[in-house]
Amino acid sequence: MSPKQKQRLILVSLLVVGLGVGIGLVLMALNENINLFFTPSQVVAGEVPPEQRFRIGGMVTMGSVEKLDGELTVLFKLNDSVKEVQLKYAGILPDLFREGQGIVAEGKLNEEGVFVADQVLAKHDENYMPPEVEHALKTSGGDYYDNEAIE
Amino acid sequence: MSVKDKVWLWFHRMASPAYFYKLAGQLLPWCIVATIILMLVGLVGGLVFAPADYQQGDGFRIIYVHVPAAWMSMFVYMVMAVNSAIFLIWHIKLSDIVARSSAIIGASFTFLALVTGSIWGKPMWGTWWVWDARLTSELLLLFLYLGYIGLRSAIDDRRVAGKAGSILALVGAINIPIIHYSVVWWNTLHQAPSVSKFDNPSIEINMLVPLLCMAIAFKLFYLCILLINSRSELLEQEKRSNWVKELVTSS
Repeated sequence: MSPKQKQRLILVSLLVVGLGVGIGLVLMALNENINLFFTPSQVVAGEVPPEQRFRIGGMVTMGSVEKLDGELTVLFKLNDSVKEVQLKYAGILPDLFREGQGIVAEGKLNEEGVFVADQVLAKHDENYMPPEVEHALKTSGGDYYDNEAIE
Repeated sequence: MSVKDKVWLWFHRMASPAYFYKLAGQLLPWCIVATIILMLVGLVGGLVFAPADYQQGDGFRIIYVHVPAAWMSMFVYMVMAVNSAIFLIWHIKLSDIVARSSAIIGASFTFLALVTGSIWGKPMWGTWWVWDARLTSELLLLFLYLGYIGLRSAIDDRRVAGKAGSILALVGAINIPIIHYSVVWWNTLHQAPSVSKFDNPSIEINMLVPLLCMAIAFKLFYLCILLINSRSELLEQEKRSNWVKELVTSS
């Protein structure tokens, strides 16, 4: 390698490393804004700015889904296996909505601390398997739905 | 001859336009055949033989296009960035041609990944689009490709265009690890990686095999287009050189 090539190699490496560090710092500073949703723990701890629309994400608590008679309104709870938040939603739920499913909802907290959602999205997990395998895992106590450890 | 010398010799040989042109021409038919076979195997395996998913039913089968396309969008960019670095440091013209010919292919794969992702998102998530870290950084990748193509075609001088494009490609390379780790670093609607956890992929083996077939088929497809594109770019760029003249007069 000629001295000139060496010099260019150093320049190119500096460019990439410098940019990497710079962008890394920016992303760390913006961390909170890049997250798509708040977790139930954050909501319960009051980390969410008051009177503002935000998204909340978590698992639908087993046995918490309740449909109000004659209406589209659904009541359910979201948990992150530490804390729980009560949600209320009037509208059509995605097909993947079910108890134990990961959900992201957008809306506002009301005075009683109930999250009134106007959009509910299903977050499916990264596990792909045929139904028989899923059944076998569930009956043998596999932990694909792990939300028993709520306070 | 030591291993290091051999590697350098190979490097210099590949950098010779005449040699690369010939080699690419010989390689091309094999690539095309392998692409067609693997793509057929992957598609039939994925669409017919793989079992339906426990949660998403048959809808998950779009994974066989979406995931390979998304992988390619990042892979092609890395090829572009590495070749840009080689061009900037060693001024090897062939590297510039590879980077330049890759851009449009990479942009197409990115677009395909975004569109199939959107089509997948509507029935499963309940929305076409959401501004989470994974989707946003992938969209940024599309803009990087388009910016690269635009920048190069805005400059008439080949050398200057190559330099400017290379720097842009290198700057944009920082987005690749961000795309990959976005679902780990931040909470997103997009799910976490299934396959890249090599110790324990969270996808069934009979669903995984067609996916890997498709991934290799997409890579070979890229190689085919790259070989065709760079061969014609080479002819255009080297039209005044002796080896092109010999080639034209002999045929």
